Amino acid sequence: MSKTKKVDPAAAPWQGPWRKYDILKEGVIALIVVALLSVGLAGVFSSPDEKALTFQGWATSAPDNFFATTVGELAGTTESAGYGPPYNEGGDGVSVGPLNMQKLMGVRNPVNPADDFVITPLSSSQQSQETVDALKAWKDASADQQAAWATAFDDAVQATADEEGVLDLTKVEEGDYGPVPVLAKALTDMATSGAYDGVLLAQDPNGFYQMDHTKQILFMGDGSYLDDFGTVQNLQGNTWGMMNETGSYPGQAWLWLYSFWYQLPVFNAPDDADPASMTAQLSGSADALIFYIMGLLTILLVLLPFIPGVRSIPKWIPLHKLIWRDYYRSIRG
Amino acid sequence: MTAEVESHTVAPAPGDTWTGKLRDRVVRELPPDKLLPDRQPSYVGSWIYVFGVLTIAALLVVVATGVVLTLEGPEWYHISDVGHFFNSLHFWSVQLFFIFMVVHLWGKFWMAAWRGRRAMTWITGVVSFIVSLATAFTGYLMQTNADSQWITFEAKDGLNAVGIGAWFNVTSLGQTMLLHVCTLPLVVGLIVVLHVLLVRKRGVVPPIDAFKNEPAAASDTAEVAS
Ligand code: HEM
Repeated sequence: MSKTKKVDPAAAPWQGPWRKYDILKEGVIALIVVALLSVGLAGVFSSPDEKALTFQGWATSAPDNFFATTVGELAGTTESAGYGPPYNEGGDGVSVGPLNMQKLMGVRNPVNPADDFVITPLSSSQQSQETVDALKAWKDASADQQAAWATAFDDAVQATADEEGVLDLTKVEEGDYGPVPVLAKALTDMATSGAYDGVLLAQDPNGFYQMDHTKQILFMGDGSYLDDFGTVQNLQGNTWGMMNETGSYPGQAWLWLYSFWYQLPVFNAPDDADPASMTAQLSGSADALIFYIMGLLTILLVLLPFIPGVRSIPKWIPLHKLIWRDYYRSIRG
Repeated sequence: MTAEVESHTVAPAPGDTWTGKLRDRVVRELPPDKLLPDRQPSYVGSWIYVFGVLTIAALLVVVATGVVLTLEGPEWYHISDVGHFFNSLHFWSVQLFFIFMVVHLWGKFWMAAWRGRRAMTWITGVVSFIVSLATAFTGYLMQTNADSQWITFEAKDGLNAVGIGAWFNVTSLGQTMLLHVCTLPLVVGLIVVLHVLLVRKRGVVPPIDAFKNEPAAASDTAEVAS
C-alpha cells in the first residue's frame, strides 16, 4: 500500500518561467499617478462644503415650524421625546423578534427634550418678566398639569395645518395652555436672535469644552429644517441618499448595498400604512434588520474561500481566462 | 544564583533567545528576495495586478493629505482656500482609494486568489475594506458642515437600533474626530501591512487550472500518492 500525502499545488513554489519585475519602481510610478490624479480632480471639481445649519437659520426661515417643534418638545410628541435608548425612556427602540439591543444597552447619552431643549436654555439666560413668570408657572406645576397644557396647545397648533401640513399660528383656538405659548415664543425669539445656538452648546455638563452635539442634532432633526435640507440635496435614505453628497458630488458610493435594502418596498412602508401590516412591521425594524443583514453578508464575504459553491463561481464563469490569457495561450502553444 | 558569563567568541546557538527566534522566523518566512522581489512568475502580466498597488498609493495620498489637514485643525478648510484645496485632495484621493480597492476585490474574486493557502490574504483584505468603510464614515461625520449634520442625524438610528449607538455616539464630534484621525487609520494601516506581507510570503496565486491536480478551492486538498 502506498502512503498518501496531501498536496496543494497552488501553494507550492512556482516551477515555471519568470519575468523581470521591479516592485519599487511600480510603487513609485503608482504613487505619482495617483497624486497627479488627485490634484487634477481636486483642482477641477473642488469639494463640497455647505455651511452648517444653525438654530438661528431655522427660526428665521421657518419660525412657525420652530415654534411648533418647541411646543412638541414640551408635549413630548417629537421624535426625540419618543426615541427611547440611548437617549431616554420615551420609547422602546427597535426590536427584531425578542432581541432589543437598543433597550439592552440602556440610556447612555441622556437627553430630556423638554428640559434640555426648552426649559434649561430659557432659565439660563436673561428673559422678559413675562417669560420669567411663565418659567416659574411651568416649574411649579405638576407633571400632569404640564402635560395637559402642552398637549392641548400642541393639538391646537397642529390643528391649524392645511393639506400640505403648513401651520397657520394666527388660527390657533383659544384654550387653557398655561405658560406654554409664552415659553415657545420666548425660545423662538431667542433662536431668531442667535443666542440659542450658544446657550444650547454651553449647557453641556463639560461646560467650557464642548465636543458633543447630541442635543443639537436631536432637536434640529425634530423640525422640518434639516429634513427639508436633506430633501433639497437629495440625501433622503429612500432615494439612495446614503450614497449621495451635497451638490452633485460623489458620496459614499461604496455603501450601495447597505443603501439598496432601504429602497425595497418591504423596508419602506408609506407613513399611512396599517401599523399591523407585515410591511409596516418590517419597516419599523428596518434599521436593525438591515444592519444584521449586512453583518451577515460581511461574515459571508470574509469566509468566502470556505463556502462550497460560491468559491467555485470563478471557475464556472471563466473571467480568469481573460486575466491570464497570455499564460493559457502559452501552455496551449 | 550564579551569573553565567558567556565567552565573547561564542555566539548563542540559533533559536536560543527570543530575539534570535524572531529573527530566524522573519528571515525564514520572508527572505529578502520574497519581500522585495525583482522577478515574478511569467503568468503575472495583467493590468488587474496594478490595482493592489494603486490602492496602496491612494492610501498614502489619503494619509498625507489628512496629515496636512490636521496641522491647522478642523476650522481651516471652511475658511481658507489652501485648506479647502487640501480638503478636496483628501476627498478625491478617498474616492480613488475606494474605486481601486473595489476593482482589486473583484479582480481577486474572479481569480479565486484565495487558493493555495491564501485564505488569510483574502480575509485581511475584506477586513481592511470594512475598517476603511468605518474610517470614511467617521470622516463624513466630522466634516463640521451641513452634510455632516445630515449624515449624523440619519446614521444615529441605524447604530442605535443595534445598540452600538450607546457606545459609539455619532453625534459626539470629539469621538468621531479622534477615531477618524487616529484609531481607525492606524488599524487600516496595520491590516494593510499584514495583507501585503502575506501576499509577499505566499507569492502571487497561479492561474486557475494551472496544475492537473489542483483542488477546487482553499480548503480542498488533492490526494496524491507518493
Ligand atoms: C486597503 C485595501 C487593500 C490594499 C492596500 C491591498 C493591497 C494589495 C496588494 C498590493 C496586493 C498584491 C498586488 C495585487 O495582486 O494586486 C494584494 C493582493 C491581494 N489582495 Fe489586496 N489590498 C486591499 C484590499 C483587499 C480586499 C478588499 C481584498 C478582497 C476581499 C483583497 C484580496 C487580495 C488577495 C486575495 C490578494 C492576493 C492575490 C494573489 O495572490 O495574486 N485585498 N492586495
